[in-house]
Amino acid sequence: MLQYIFRRIFYAIPILIGVNILTFALFFIVNTPDNMARMQLGDKHVTKEAIEQWKINHGYNKALFFNEKENNISGKITNTIFFDKSIKMFVGDLGFSDDGRNIQREIQQRMLPSLTIALPTFILGILAAVSTALILSFFYKNGFYKLDFFGVIICILMMSISGLFYIIGGQFLFAIMLKLVPISGFGDGFFDNIRFVILPVLIGVIAGLGGSVRWYRALFLEEINKDYVKTAIAKGLNQKTIYFKHILQNALIPILTGVVVVIPSLFMGSLLMESFFGIPGLGSFTIEAIQSQDFSIVRAMVFVGSVLYIIGLILTDISYTLVDPRIKLN
Amino acid sequence: MNFLPVVLWTDILVYLLIILSSVLLIVMLKNPLQKNALLQLSQSKSGMISVLILMIFVIIGFADSLHFRLALNNNNNNQHQQHNSENIAKKYYSVEVLSLLDYALLPLKENTEKTYSAPLATNLSALEAQEITDENGNIKVNRIYPRLQFAGQHLSENFTQQQYYDDIKNIASKSFLYSCICWLIFVALIKFSTRNTTFFLNSKHSLVIALFIILNVIFLCVNFAEHYHVFGTDKIGQDVLYQVLKSIRVALIIGLLTTLALLPLSITLGVVAGYFKGWIDDVIQYIYTVINSIPSVLLIAAAVLLMQVFIDTHSQYFNTALERADLRLLALCIILGMTSWTGLCRLLRAETLKIRELEYIQAAKAFGVSSFTIIRKHILPNLTHIIIIQLVMDFSVLVLAEAVLSYVGIGVDPTMISFGTMINNARLELSREPIVWWSLVAAFSVMLILVLSANIFADAVRKAFDPKEKINI
Repeated sequence: MLQYIFRRIFYAIPILIGVNILTFALFFIVNTPDNMARMQLGDKHVTKEAIEQWKINHGYNKALFFNEKENNISGKITNTIFFDKSIKMFVGDLGFSDDGRNIQREIQQRMLPSLTIALPTFILGILAAVSTALILSFFYKNGFYKLDFFGVIICILMMSISGLFYIIGGQFLFAIMLKLVPISGFGDGFFDNIRFVILPVLIGVIAGLGGSVRWYRALFLEEINKDYVKTAIAKGLNQKTIYFKHILQNALIPILTGVVVVIPSLFMGSLLMESFFGIPGLGSFTIEAIQSQDFSIVRAMVFVGSVLYIIGLILTDISYTLVDPRIKLN
Repeated sequence: MNFLPVVLWTDILVYLLIILSSVLLIVMLKNPLQKNALLQLSQSKSGMISVLILMIFVIIGFADSLHFRLALNNNNNNQHQQHNSENIAKKYYSVEVLSLLDYALLPLKENTEKTYSAPLATNLSALEAQEITDENGNIKVNRIYPRLQFAGQHLSENFTQQQYYDDIKNIASKSFLYSCICWLIFVALIKFSTRNTTFFLNSKHSLVIALFIILNVIFLCVNFAEHYHVFGTDKIGQDVLYQVLKSIRVALIIGLLTTLALLPLSITLGVVAGYFKGWIDDVIQYIYTVINSIPSVLLIAAAVLLMQVFIDTHSQYFNTALERADLRLLALCIILGMTSWTGLCRLLRAETLKIRELEYIQAAKAFGVSSFTIIRKHILPNLTHIIIIQLVMDFSVLVLAEAVLSYVGIGVDPTMISFGTMINNARLELSREPIVWWSLVAAFSVMLILVLSANIFADAVRKAFDPKEKINI
């Protein structure tokens, strides 16, 4: 097991290097530091000196890959933009944003608020979707086709509604009309935060319900028509055991593929939720960076995001062995 | 000629898309298996209704893709003068690029009010101070809701509430009458023209009812738009109906051109990886794992930011604002395509891996058929159902994504009217007093109709084309 995990981590390194080179190419070769400086400094009539000064301040005034000016070989390689901005990310040094904030510290501070929204949304979302899908497949199996059909129609309708509508509509209904919760904001302390968190979590769960219920229902129906279910029914097992022990456990494998991989990415937060509800998490951090065109933050977030995704992939593989004894890691 | 045709980049691709899809349809009708699937699709009630609705969206979008510049009116004097050749050769065209849809909706486009007004309203929904001089010469300031300039003009100066309702009822009943007549003509035409009832009349009842409802909606909009602002006006007094109709083209282009952009990449890489296996497969898998592992919003954001830098620094390439916005839309489609080809690629790779082990491929190999021919003749035809299903399913996702991306600020050009920019501009209006709900509701509901019919269509397509699909919906 441990050996397997180590090997997977070893395999992840080339992927991370690929991500790194791709983002470096996007941010520094397609888009030169000169362009970046011009955009940050605002108008089109910036002087050459101002651009040079900006590049010096932000450490962009070096060669891209190979610094000819250095004397020894290690200096030639290390004193470059590629080493400074990309290689250092592997040891966790994410550098500074274009307006001088320490990205690493920002991420550490903003992780927790992101998680307070994302984690409950994730857990409640899965619980709601799996149970609704189980109920629908129960209807289907027991001849209540109309009810099942109705449920599917609702799912398709919910899938077709824009996520923005859920947020704007939910804010309007619960915060402006009924005044049950504050529109947006984030406090400190656990109990203070409940009133801020409850609405985004609710909206997040509802917004994701349609698509996932439909998908889980299809998975359950696939299992329901298999022979072992017929055997179980013929044996006279009660419905509870059939649904929870047999169908749910067997359908769990495809569900896990989609679910486990996003768990680490929960740290990244949700862009829309956080910016609409004014939560100082990583999602709003990213959105602010995009809107103020801060390339350093976007680059750092790309790296963090892909690291988390790869961790998710490894976790998915490990979780398979936990639910499916047939799969052996090697 | 009274106009100068203008062809934008996205227009060319729209025409190309139409040609390609008709070629695809003809090819599919020749293949008995796929013809059967198409026939099955035409049997599906919900599928055909959604096709009908989507067709209307496509027609609107296509009308919005025919761009031209109108000729400016010459001085009236010129007409009386003798025509000399120089005068005819020199014609001036307006700088504003219009589309056929713009031209048809010219009154809606140009009749802008001062600010917000509710749907079918006769007055602005913002108070305005008006100075009134009474008989003593004192100036009194009255705060009133002033009459709209372009709505309810046919009503008298001081109309009563009853007159207003009567007028609404009048127009509504008129449009109901028109749509009934139109509907009867349509039904009669279909009935007489199709002897063998293969395509349309198999699903006649629900389809005919749907046609009736659609006609009603169209006539209601047309008749009310003559005298009122059907969906009200927005902050700067623009007609919301016009904006919604303009948004349709952007949504369709994002949904369709993106798939056009991702197809070549995912088909070639997926099939090649599955067919040749070995190190080619490893390389391709590596590429798509790398792209997959970058959070897609961030990758799109990075690419759009870079494109923005390019557009800002190369402003000399773009003659008009419309051209710039158009190129940004095209670039957005390409970026979305480049970031979302991995899903289809993976599906195609897995299916190719399965197909290449089948006997008939082995037989073809034994006969010495070249790899290219095997892929073209034996593998690709067996992958079409996966491609079609995936494309149709992606469409609705992309339309919804456009709105979100525009909100984040990495979507279409802010000057371009789209569902995303409409929602983005209107999202703070719900907290106004009185509430301005119409532009949000209009944008969301038209988007819902589009996406819902696309989703239902996707289901019908999947049911018809997927050999594994046995479960209801």
